[in-house]
Amino acid sequence: MTLSDVTLEHLRAVAGEPDADGRYEIVDEIARGGMGTVYRARDRELGREVALKVSLQPGNEAGLEERLLREARVLARLEHPGLVPVHDVGTLPDGRLFYAMKRVRGSRLDHHFAAEPSIPARLRTFERICETVACAHAHGVIHRDLKPENVMVGAFGEVLVLDWGVARLRDDGVAAAPGPVDEAPAPGRTAHGTVLGTPGYMAPEQARGDVEGTDERADVYALGAILYFLLTDAAPPPDGSAGSPRRRNPAVPRPLDSICTRALAAEAGQRYPTVQTLAADVSAFLSGRPVAAHREGPIEWASRQASRYRTPLLLIAAYLVMRAALLFWPR
Amino acid sequence: MPGAVQSPVSLVTRVTCVRRQAAGLYWAPAMPAPSAEPAGPFPPTRHSVLEAVRGGDADARRRACEALAAAYWKPVYKYVRLRWRREPADAEDLTQGFFAVAFEKGFFERFDPERARFRTYLRTCLDGFVSKERAAARAQKRGGGVVPLSLDFESAEGELTLSPPAADVDLEEYFHREWVRALFETAVARLRARCAASGRLVPFAVFERYDLDRGPDTPTYAQLGRELDLPVTQVTNHLSAMRRELRRHLLEALRALCASDDEFRHEARLVLGRDP
Repeated sequence: MTLSDVTLEHLRAVAGEPDADGRYEIVDEIARGGMGTVYRARDRELGREVALKVSLQPGNEAGLEERLLREARVLARLEHPGLVPVHDVGTLPDGRLFYAMKRVRGSRLDHHFAAEPSIPARLRTFERICETVACAHAHGVIHRDLKPENVMVGAFGEVLVLDWGVARLRDDGVAAAPGPVDEAPAPGRTAHGTVLGTPGYMAPEQARGDVEGTDERADVYALGAILYFLLTDAAPPPDGSAGSPRRRNPAVPRPLDSICTRALAAEAGQRYPTVQTLAADVSAFLSGRPVAAHREGPIEWASRQASRYRTPLLLIAAYLVMRAALLFWPR
Repeated sequence: MPGAVQSPVSLVTRVTCVRRQAAGLYWAPAMPAPSAEPAGPFPPTRHSVLEAVRGGDADARRRACEALAAAYWKPVYKYVRLRWRREPADAEDLTQGFFAVAFEKGFFERFDPERARFRTYLRTCLDGFVSKERAAARAQKRGGGVVPLSLDFESAEGELTLSPPAADVDLEEYFHREWVRALFETAVARLRARCAASGRLVPFAVFERYDLDRGPDTPTYAQLGRELDLPVTQVTNHLSAMRRELRRHLLEALRALCASDDEFRHEARLVLGRDP
């Protein structure tokens, strides 16, 4: 028999599906990554649709299963609307590790804003990403692989931060308290010199493999790179020389340029110390307040005030025009 | 090698080329026979045909060469048609001639798994063979000491006509894809034969209708259930079982064509996107 191209592709997909004939029934494949494949599945017991993230292979080659397990444990520990709830963890009949999570709908950040030029809309989404990452930091979890591909935006603007497989648990955080996350075996921890992350979105210290020196400010850098992407529609250069987004898009307002540049500082000490301070500066810009990262001149100050108090200023101007007209109207 | 018994698949695929049939000069190559072991995540470890082809046993070597021809003749034929722009009759002769010379001269015996993948090695041999066309013609006249293979060139030609590759197709990628297609065709044929032998006609009918007839008319689970008078859960259960068995046949065929476990894992990832 002859298999058409369409049939061949279908067979390749279904023959590679996991044997999930117990509680879960595989419906189709949603996405594929370096750590595993995500399938849309049906939970027969609870009669609902879920997403199953399944490791690439049985056994623990390259520590992939530990990462998958770690990701599941991190997600189960953190409760935030920006994080996908985990329902179940287990092993499939073919020996592969999986975890079941809520099925999320939406589009990737880089796709979502392809047809949305409004900077305020993009910044509001960015604020939600920051809130989610800040929650993780408060629980001692550093994401370490933030990038537009790992952020989903729902139909109503809700944000989900995905792929916590390379997250690092800070020893002095809540995650250090006794619990399943800390019971993860030692090999799951990243050895010094190991580089995990994505070029362009990775902080320089992370790119050097300096695990000890990589803290929350590495996520601040990655968020700066995401902000760069949102302002220029382009990924930052992979060599870490992103710098000012105004160089790529002159329409970027100077205060935003300063925020982005500070977040992307090569030295961790020159970046925002926390994600909250970065988010606060973005919020300040959105509401027309002064931005901490930017020293404005008198013209910029006047322009900002005019923009911030546009409505009362317009009313005053209209009143003055009317008074002038009445004063000089020929009687 | 466990392929000593004639496999069901070789019966299924024994479609003769009319021209060669008239001459009465052919044998049908057989893929390595499927094992009777129960399904598991890994196919049972076995000597691959690539080991057998380099082994000392002449009979096992001959069967291994047949198995290699069965797995690769179609990609070879299509590759000759595309890469060397040969007419169908020429491409048929070159395909036959290539395998004849390969067996006679021991091309496959000289394969070193440390240096390249077998697929790459075979393609390099093929390019060398076709570029020395005169030698190929001589080999054809001699028959290379082996009678021509019974190969269904008409179906291969029909596939090329039905879905012609793009003009700028990457030939290496094309060769790989055709090899994957041949591998799946083998696995499907084995599955069909096994189901027929064990009377599992309904599960195979579900699989055939849902997974093999892909197109705008592919039914939903519910439609298929109504068509075959089955509850939807039974449809999905049958599909799940058939897919699992298909994967087992596929991995067995693949394992036999790989020189090492590492290569097997690598190829399984390429073919299925996952480990075996």
